[in-house]
Amino acid sequence: MSRILPAPWLSLFLLIVWLLLQNSVSVGLIVLGAILATAIPLYTFRARDFPLTIHRPGTAVVYFLVLLVDIVVSNIDIAKIILLPRKKIKPALIEYPLDLTNQVPITILACTITLTPGTVSAELSRDGNTLLIHALNVEDVDALIATIKQRYERRLKEIFQC
Amino acid sequence: MLELPTWADYLASFFIIIGASFAAVGSYGLLRLPDFMTRLHAPTKNTTLGVGGIILGSIVYFSVSDSLSLHELLIAIFLFMTAPISAHLLAKAGLHLEYKMISSTRDLREHPEDYSDKSQHTAKERDSERAD
Amino acid sequence: MLAFAVPFAFVMFSIALLMNIYRLFLGPDAADRILALDTIYINSLALLILLGIWHNSTAYFEAAVLIAMLGFIGTIAATKFLLRGDIIE
Repeated sequence: MSRILPAPWLSLFLLIVWLLLQNSVSVGLIVLGAILATAIPLYTFRARDFPLTIHRPGTAVVYFLVLLVDIVVSNIDIAKIILLPRKKIKPALIEYPLDLTNQVPITILACTITLTPGTVSAELSRDGNTLLIHALNVEDVDALIATIKQRYERRLKEIFQC
Repeated sequence: MLELPTWADYLASFFIIIGASFAAVGSYGLLRLPDFMTRLHAPTKNTTLGVGGIILGSIVYFSVSDSLSLHELLIAIFLFMTAPISAHLLAKAGLHLEYKMISSTRDLREHPEDYSDKSQHTAKERDSERAD
Repeated sequence: MLAFAVPFAFVMFSIALLMNIYRLFLGPDAADRILALDTIYINSLALLILLGIWHNSTAYFEAAVLIAMLGFIGTIAATKFLLRGDIIE
């Protein structure tokens, strides 16, 4: 959090996106990208009303890898449900009690829930304490909630320390 | 298409076939599943992995046949960031407009009327009762 | 192998698009149609990338990025309209 680099992770992300878009790496491109990556966060910083710091980058990487594996697992799951001959599916609407308070971790958790096996996040309640989840095929609701808490919310709490 | 070395040929083909199959299964799910909320599950998950597979195949093909090329990753990152958002909004629309769900759906909401546009009146009434 | 895989993928995506279009006409609700359109743009984006491999050209990449961005914005705008009857509040 310095004056020149108010959001270091955003700057790094912008630089990487710029280099990917150009699809080549040269000194000139890196200098131009670095200028853009410092100027854009400076310009947009006042619009960011959510202070956020990543305390544990290592855990964030682990989280990302877990997420990638779970996306593949969830795809195989859904493909099974679609392709197997019509077995009775059991959808459910579940209210998931949140422990997180900050907006950004909640957003990340909601996106994660949508991308992982058999669940879609549908709405955040008005007081911000529960997240409504639609599950495609679930037997044991409490087990599902416990899994989400263990697997994702605990890690998010560690990463953002809130 | 250019001829690739055998390993790259098989690797790219593997990714492309996996991706195409998942995308087709997702679209079949969109066609087959019984109600709107369950239909939402199929395309949001399976098409992202479908496009992901195609993109990995494309990265392998262009990196081996020409020079290292990663810009397709940009599309994958963008899709993985935006797919949950559109799914979330569509689910919200489905809830608020109260589309019919199949009968085996278990509704575990405490106050279902909070999530509906049609019965806002009753939600307000309940709040005022609570205030009293 | 690629000479088999790419045409196979073309066929799969074409079938997928046909099924999406069927759902687009069938409905029954507005949200179903938006979901079908959302799936259509993702599938056609994958078709464009495949076309890039088939013709050995990277020129299709920009078109794919544009479709990804505009498709997302279109879905969001349509859903917002469905939810609120208004896009910019």
